[in-house]
Amino acid sequence: MSGSLTIERTVTISHPVGLHARPAIAFTKLAKGFKAADIRIRGGDDRPWVDAKSIVKVMALKLRTGAVLQMQASGAEAEAAIDALQALVERDFDEVSGTGAASEAHGADKDG
Amino acid sequence: MTERRFAGKPAAPGVAIGPLVRLEDGKTSTGRRRDTPAEERAALDAAIATAMADLEALAAVASGDGADILAFQIEMLSDPALIEEVLPLIEGGEAAGAAWTSGLADQIATYEAADDDYFRARASDLLDLRDRVLRTLDGVSIELPDFSEGTLLLAEDLAPSLFLALAAMKPGGIALTRGSASSHVAILARGRGLPMVIGLGLAAGEGGNGEDDAILDGDAGLLLRAPSQATLKRYRSQLAMAAGVARRAHAIREKPAATADGTRIELMINVDDPAAVDDQTLRAADGVGLLRSEFLLIGRSDLPDEETHYRHYRDLQRRLAGKPLIVRTLDIGGDKPLAGLDLPVEKNPFLGLRGIRLALERPDLLIPQLRALLRVAAEGPLQVMLPMVTVQAEIDQTQALMAEGLASLKSTAMAAAMPGLGIMVETPAAAIAADSLDAAFYSIGSNDLIQYVMAAARDGEGRVAALLDPGHPAIERLIRRVVEHGRTSGREVSLCGDMASDPAWLPLLLGAGLRKLSVAPAAFDRIKLALADIEI
Repeated sequence: MSGSLTIERTVTISHPVGLHARPAIAFTKLAKGFKAADIRIRGGDDRPWVDAKSIVKVMALKLRTGAVLQMQASGAEAEAAIDALQALVERDFDEVSGTGAASEAHGADKDG
Repeated sequence: MTERRFAGKPAAPGVAIGPLVRLEDGKTSTGRRRDTPAEERAALDAAIATAMADLEALAAVASGDGADILAFQIEMLSDPALIEEVLPLIEGGEAAGAAWTSGLADQIATYEAADDDYFRARASDLLDLRDRVLRTLDGVSIELPDFSEGTLLLAEDLAPSLFLALAAMKPGGIALTRGSASSHVAILARGRGLPMVIGLGLAAGEGGNGEDDAILDGDAGLLLRAPSQATLKRYRSQLAMAAGVARRAHAIREKPAATADGTRIELMINVDDPAAVDDQTLRAADGVGLLRSEFLLIGRSDLPDEETHYRHYRDLQRRLAGKPLIVRTLDIGGDKPLAGLDLPVEKNPFLGLRGIRLALERPDLLIPQLRALLRVAAEGPLQVMLPMVTVQAEIDQTQALMAEGLASLKSTAMAAAMPGLGIMVETPAAAIAADSLDAAFYSIGSNDLIQYVMAAARDGEGRVAALLDPGHPAIERLIRRVVEHGRTSGREVSLCGDMASDPAWLPLLLGAGLRKLSVAPAAFDRIKLALADIEI
């Protein structure tokens, strides 16, 4: 076990809306998948670290596009967790367009 | 019963005719008796579990943005961190409902205070969650009324989750006595093509037994109770026409706008608020010919900062995927008082410090916007347009501010580029002597131009209103003049006023030589179809 080892990583949020509702759901769900890892994030050097698995905490950071997200993980799979989370942020949370209006059209299509 | 007309504000376009049914609001009382902390905790847990089950049931049948909202609420409600501040209050002897309310108050307040629209909108999700759990605690169940498809629902306001539950039952429209056009519910209604009117002045007990047909006009922001046969007939034919337009427009959606003889017309849209425009319309249009940036001032007590400007323009630019975007700098004046902006009171605001005149007096207003525009111009297509230009000095001064901004941004290694700087042609001086104004492009703002040329106020009535005639030869001659100047100087000329959104004026505009129009999104289909019927 590499429990004492802490991995740190920094990633810039490029998603046009930022770490907002849908991105935050994707982010915390992915983090929760790494059960044995303790993952914390923060939005700047002077800000407190918060639990990356809590959507309440992650949303409260109100990280907008262009914000620098600091990540820190320890415990089993810490590195894999950080790699996966970094990749998710860099892929813009697997969303093409994250605006409310984009999903407006989406909803309208489905409801015919 | 005679026809009664209630004026509100439009929140989602469209017209619906149907029986009007009032929803009784599930009131949230805190009348539950307080028990021991352990029992209060158990009551809260049970209420959260029930609320969760209700939300999951709703989510199972939701799609698109509705599903997103519910998924977010479910995630928040299942996160133990949500009640971190609630539990100590219960342990300290507070009742579950009171503890839940005050424990969430800070979180809600933080979202409400966010300077970002997207985060601010989250406050309504938390309020929705809070009230849902409170109702369960109090044993107040929201009985969904039994209504038939096409019913017009009348309520004080609707929480997003309640709206979604109701929308699944296919109402015809939503009439609210309170509400907000920028709320979640308004966005949801627009996405579903469900007409919605807010701020209707109906008393609490008034209306809504479902007996008589009513008309909800989401375009004009009206509710008509017991409409006369004549009114009904007029609205029915309007509905039939709208359906025909939608069907025919769908058939030519993928084709570029052109006249019957195949002359390509650039057809763009005017955007009042990017959040209110769906991607489908953006895809169909040749770009945004006018983004009215004043939407950034609505609902805030301070001025938007550079980042706020930047984010909104950049988001819209990305959604346009390479198509042109023209942003008009803030166009305000003494006729539109704004919080956060101490404007002088003028006797004659339409002839006073408006548009670019005001902006040049108020660097705190203009500079953050220009800097943001310079940054967005580095990322893709973008042009800047100045309102109310009268003399060349106004263009020169703005250009100088932009050059300063560009240098300052580059000195801090920020990506920036100089966008094309065009002007609105809406003062008679600009229209008569367009050749005295050196701009990258000209966009005719027919609303103000007509007002100033005809010397008739835009909000005039009766005899004055009758003078606001786009068909007056003076207007046509001025349009021709500007088009001619564009042709000889090699600059693009377009028209972005209401005139372009009315099919009746298309022959005049095309005849004057215009080949580029920017219209209201609601008029886009209608204008594209009308163009296809015109030979030039």
